[in-house]
Amino acid sequence: MRVGLFVTCLVDMMRPSIGMAALELLEGAGCEVVVPATQTCCGQPAYNSGDRVTARSLAEKVLEEFEGCDYVVAPSGSCAGMIRAHYPDLFGDSPGLAARIARLGAKTYELTDFLANVVKIERVPGKFEGKVTYHDSCSGLREMGVKAQPRALLALVPGLALEEMRDSETCCGFGGTFAVKMEDISARMVEDKCRNIGASGARAVVLGDLGCMLNIEGRLRKRGDTRTQVLHVAEVLAGKDGRRSD
Amino acid sequence: MHFKARAKAALADAGLQRGLSKVDGFAARRAVAMRELEDPEGLRTAAAAIRDRALEDMDVWIETFEREATRRGATVLYAETGEEVASLVVEICRRHGLKKAIKSKSMLSEEARLNAMLAAAGVQPVETDLGEYICQLADEPPSHIIAPVIHKTKADIGELFERKHGRPRLTEAAEMTREAREMLRAHFLSADLGISGGNFLIAETGSVALVTNEGNGRMVTTLPRVHVAITGIEKVVPTLEDFSTLMRLLPRSATGQSISNYVTMATGPRGALDQDGPEHMYFILVDNGRTNLVGGDMQEMLRCIRCGACMNHCPVYQSVGGHAYGWVYPGPMGAVLTPAFVGVENALDLPQASTFCGACASVCPVRIPLPDLLRKLRERQVERGLRPWYETFGLRVWGWTARHPRLYALATALGVRALRMLRNGDGMIGSIPFASGWTKSRFMPAPASGRTFRALYAARARR
Repeated sequence: MRVGLFVTCLVDMMRPSIGMAALELLEGAGCEVVVPATQTCCGQPAYNSGDRVTARSLAEKVLEEFEGCDYVVAPSGSCAGMIRAHYPDLFGDSPGLAARIARLGAKTYELTDFLANVVKIERVPGKFEGKVTYHDSCSGLREMGVKAQPRALLALVPGLALEEMRDSETCCGFGGTFAVKMEDISARMVEDKCRNIGASGARAVVLGDLGCMLNIEGRLRKRGDTRTQVLHVAEVLAGKDGRRSD
Repeated sequence: MHFKARAKAALADAGLQRGLSKVDGFAARRAVAMRELEDPEGLRTAAAAIRDRALEDMDVWIETFEREATRRGATVLYAETGEEVASLVVEICRRHGLKKAIKSKSMLSEEARLNAMLAAAGVQPVETDLGEYICQLADEPPSHIIAPVIHKTKADIGELFERKHGRPRLTEAAEMTREAREMLRAHFLSADLGISGGNFLIAETGSVALVTNEGNGRMVTTLPRVHVAITGIEKVVPTLEDFSTLMRLLPRSATGQSISNYVTMATGPRGALDQDGPEHMYFILVDNGRTNLVGGDMQEMLRCIRCGACMNHCPVYQSVGGHAYGWVYPGPMGAVLTPAFVGVENALDLPQASTFCGACASVCPVRIPLPDLLRKLRERQVERGLRPWYETFGLRVWGWTARHPRLYALATALGVRALRMLRNGDGMIGSIPFASGWTKSRFMPAPASGRTFRALYAARARR
């Protein structure tokens, strides 16, 4: 099974350990993982800012890079959601491309969804001592149906106990450029999220999307919390600590 | 003042924030009420299909409605704009010599700024929905379509009643409600005009359906000599069967009730055998920008049945409340309707007032894809050059770079290094040029590694 790893632009730049963790998890599950070297970004920032032309050109690039794979897997519900749920909207006027885009979308998965439901792994290399809480990232949850999968996988991690926070499905206030354009509202939303994380008593908040991760970690540290770890679910499952990757 | 500035003020308003903290109670009650249904998701799909069918042939259903309503003795009038609504109502008042209007809740009368127009024409308007009554006393617009005074605290209202009613200060909600009832009773009995909105128009019977909880809707539509129902043209549904399907979702989505306390069907004026009801009944069917949406990429918005579930589940609405949205409709519904009705150039911030979290679309009883519609409005802003040049330009440059992988790899490698130079001992960046919006209230975690994934992966492959 040839699995194309779509690393995502934020993982590439901000936290490559997540990409490495995803790679190891997929290889551990027996997948032949290919990582197209020319990949960059799925185009979501342009799409959500109203620039369809740029979004479409990047979608075509992703199509060419990944359509030869049996599956496409991304350690991000948001980028996977862009490919599966939103790419079709960009190709309504070109039937040939639309059919290829639809096939690409159908084989595109968020990482935990793929691990839990396609390759169905039953063991993970990671270990974690203590309580974690899980933040449901919006696109993963509502576009890709990611809810039970990360929890089922985290249950496989020895020593880890999951403690649900209040309003785990409420947006953290990232929203791409929203965080900069509507900074006051975004600040309020991420503050609410951080308070709920704190109230859960967890040692770490685990999540599946980089945008939320940067937002939540940035706010936690700013409000003086240097203790609560912010970890990508792939890092926990693979037993990699994101802050010590090289 | 724009959305952003109003939002900032709203975030700092402690009283408003206390009120807004109650909004998620609506969401919790909705969740419980939806669980009573055998197939809630299937019902949402059916409701969307009913609304689409009605919109597809809206002209036909409006004609049917007019024919059936007229056959039952009502008069059907049409208004293209809010001003036309007001002048039609004033004209009706002149014709019948009407001096006092009692009103049940109508968002369309807010669109038409009807109260001000009536007062100017010498007709006294009295809001009789408790929340709307409080808004009228305070001279403020509603901030939520079904909980109009959610922005006010109990103490605010106690103080307002003391001042306006000239009676001792009350502290309990039940006492305040009783006092408002006493005040309103005299108006109910002395009014000669009743003005209602309409949740649905039923084409096959020529009826208007009203969904209310306080009973004031019944009084408004039966006590005065004349009843005028004002609704948007898109509120028409073909049959009573359609109406009953939608009614399984409307109260559940709005307030978490299986059914509202009152469901009123008003059909024509008082007949020969009726013991009560108005002598004259008018319908004013209003366009006010709605037909512009028909057949376009915003048509799905016309499905809206105004339940308010979108705002009850919206973290942005819950942070800033309804007044920040600046026009009649708040929340995700308003962020689409306002630019769609008044022009995208007149509501520049609203399409941006969303994280696209999708909570609204996941609860909308008629499956309106609100984030998709907001995105289309953003596209319109870009097409019409209404976004700041640096944003458009920045996206193009970034997009162009992302299409040139070698250049992109170089740029990101340099970017990682540059960002890491800005970090403190904890790996956090306190300030980034051009991103003060981010760093004002949070740090930016610096890239965790000195190398990009692509560089690490290439090194791994070489080993």
